[in-house]
Amino acid sequence: MGKVVEKLVYERPKSLTDAHTHYCPGCTHGVSHRLVAEALDELGIRERTIGIAPVGCSVLAYYYFNVDFAEAAHGRAPAMATGMKRANPDRVIFTYQGDGDLAAIGTGEIVHAAGRGENITVIFINNAIYGMTGGQMAPTTLEGQKTTSSPMGRDISIAGHPLKMSELLSTLDGAAYVVRHSLHDVKHIRRARKAILTAFKVQLAGLGFSMVELLSTCCTNWKMDPVESLDWLRDNMVPFYPLGEHKVIDAVKDL
Amino acid sequence: MAKQLWKGNEALAEAAVRAGLVAYFGYPITPQTELLEYLSGRMVRLGRAFLQAESELAAINMVYGAACTGVRTMTSSSSPGISLMQEGLSYMAASEVPVVLVDIMRGGPGLGNIQPSQADYFQVTKTSGHGDFRPLVLAPATVQEAVDLVYEAFDLAEQYRTIVIVVADGNIGQMMEPAEMPPMREINGDRPHWALVGADGRDHRIITSLELGAERLEALNLRLQRKIARVKREQVRWKEDKTDDAEILVVAFGTMGRISTTAAEMAWEKGIRAGVFRPISLFPFPAARLEELSQRVKRILVVEMNAGQMLEDVKLAVGKDYPVEFYGRMGGIVPLPDDVLEAVERVHTEL
Amino acid sequence: MARGRIEIDEQYCKGCRLCVSVCPQEILAISSRLNERGYMPAEIIDMERCTGCSMCAVICPDVCITVYRQVPLRQT
Repeated sequence: MGKVVEKLVYERPKSLTDAHTHYCPGCTHGVSHRLVAEALDELGIRERTIGIAPVGCSVLAYYYFNVDFAEAAHGRAPAMATGMKRANPDRVIFTYQGDGDLAAIGTGEIVHAAGRGENITVIFINNAIYGMTGGQMAPTTLEGQKTTSSPMGRDISIAGHPLKMSELLSTLDGAAYVVRHSLHDVKHIRRARKAILTAFKVQLAGLGFSMVELLSTCCTNWKMDPVESLDWLRDNMVPFYPLGEHKVIDAVKDL
Repeated sequence: MAKQLWKGNEALAEAAVRAGLVAYFGYPITPQTELLEYLSGRMVRLGRAFLQAESELAAINMVYGAACTGVRTMTSSSSPGISLMQEGLSYMAASEVPVVLVDIMRGGPGLGNIQPSQADYFQVTKTSGHGDFRPLVLAPATVQEAVDLVYEAFDLAEQYRTIVIVVADGNIGQMMEPAEMPPMREINGDRPHWALVGADGRDHRIITSLELGAERLEALNLRLQRKIARVKREQVRWKEDKTDDAEILVVAFGTMGRISTTAAEMAWEKGIRAGVFRPISLFPFPAARLEELSQRVKRILVVEMNAGQMLEDVKLAVGKDYPVEFYGRMGGIVPLPDDVLEAVERVHTEL
Repeated sequence: MARGRIEIDEQYCKGCRLCVSVCPQEILAISSRLNERGYMPAEIIDMERCTGCSMCAVICPDVCITVYRQVPLRQT
């Protein structure tokens, strides 16, 4: 064996601050934050990026990203992002939203932002539950899933069906890149990372609306330990929420 | 620049453009829609941002987003739309971004109708959203005054980092009058020290309305209250007509101030000494001057196109024992000078 | 000789065990001591066997793992 040197292969991205997060142990918000930060680092766009935090567990995301950040009213991040982008077309604008924020109270805003082909990037965290308010049923809660507001399990005859946002938004002409990934294991996290990178490239190329939906966990409100949560996500959410590229326009394939 | 004939809503829009409006977001609603329509062409031709939003809720949050980046931005609506915007207004008040809002009031409550009304007085001066805040509220009585106020509103919004609402009724929005436009201002490319433009060579900035600690939230509120107190000291505006030797003081804002001025002239011809006090800043309400005038006149008559909303501020200004009469019409009915004269005469007979 | 090396910033670690669960060499464990924030952090029990694969860092929600890999000089 010849001479070897030690090479740094993984470190904390520059686009994160050194703040300790308030997230529960094992919460995949931390993974999502890191993947977004890595994409900003890799593209060298941290200095001209503005993020928008939602209402939900990630409401304090602005403390964790070393990026200019605004905090939106519940569900309104895509509207805020629209205002920012229209007034500042040369800035990179992204929203970070949970399922209650994006798929319930903010459904109107996300649909129209996508429909307009708003040149923004949306990171959509789908963990099938309301985390911050303590585990209530979300628009993405699975049939039969027990939450504090569906104690016998989500009953479709009462609460209706879960929303599949990536599929829904992919029907809109303005959507350039809409994909769903999962954070339940290393292989899938690596795929998600690549997708987030692509989503920002879509914005940089001015191709229109990009969204990466990330199937995520909520150990505390699912009442499971972090490792069990990843398994539950793989076994229950992935079958219902198909992973993959739901909408990729041709121009994205050339990026 | 010479006077030209302008429709109120379009004049408001052009004045905003000349004030350096960078981004407009709005939603159609009668009787405000011409403002949005005018800007849809004008802003795009100037290479500025215009977007017709999917709702007033979205429009105000688009404005919030643009405001966070420190550019001049505004929206406009009418009463039911303003109700929907209250969420955004509250967030903007807390995060102290400057914004201009035009409210062309219509009859309510509910869908009401599209006739002129002044029934948003409470909504714009007192209940513009949850939490303790007060926008600066300016009420023009003519198209020219509307132009001048909206032109100045952007400076005021930036000076205090606050919400400035220019509130007029459907009359002013819809009528045509001669008005002189102010000069076109260059758009200021410099962004304020708090604006989000990207953390290039500095620490990242945060604009939020969230303060989880009770003490920090109280500190924010105290700061907002100090700002409101400063606005109250510095931005009280009103206009007086024939108040010097009046025995009856008609207090009315906007369109009703204007109609009351005509009614007061008619009253003088009949030997009734009626003056008019027209608050231009509804918040801050010109209470001190009104209180002074109340000592000189015998009666106050408040005239509004609502059930008596500014009436409460008048009563607060002059005290509960002072004789304050009220004449109001609702539902989009605009009293004529004769109607106001009749009310003045009725008050006069009681003297 | 180890092919890789990791550093765990114990003060960021919340002891969630996700790194432990994915380590192909099974050389990570949760320690029995507490960090400043009251969590029992992950630790590496046999650095010699670390390959620098970075799976632990990829799954770590608290971004507390830095990974180094030994590479032949010509690859640098």
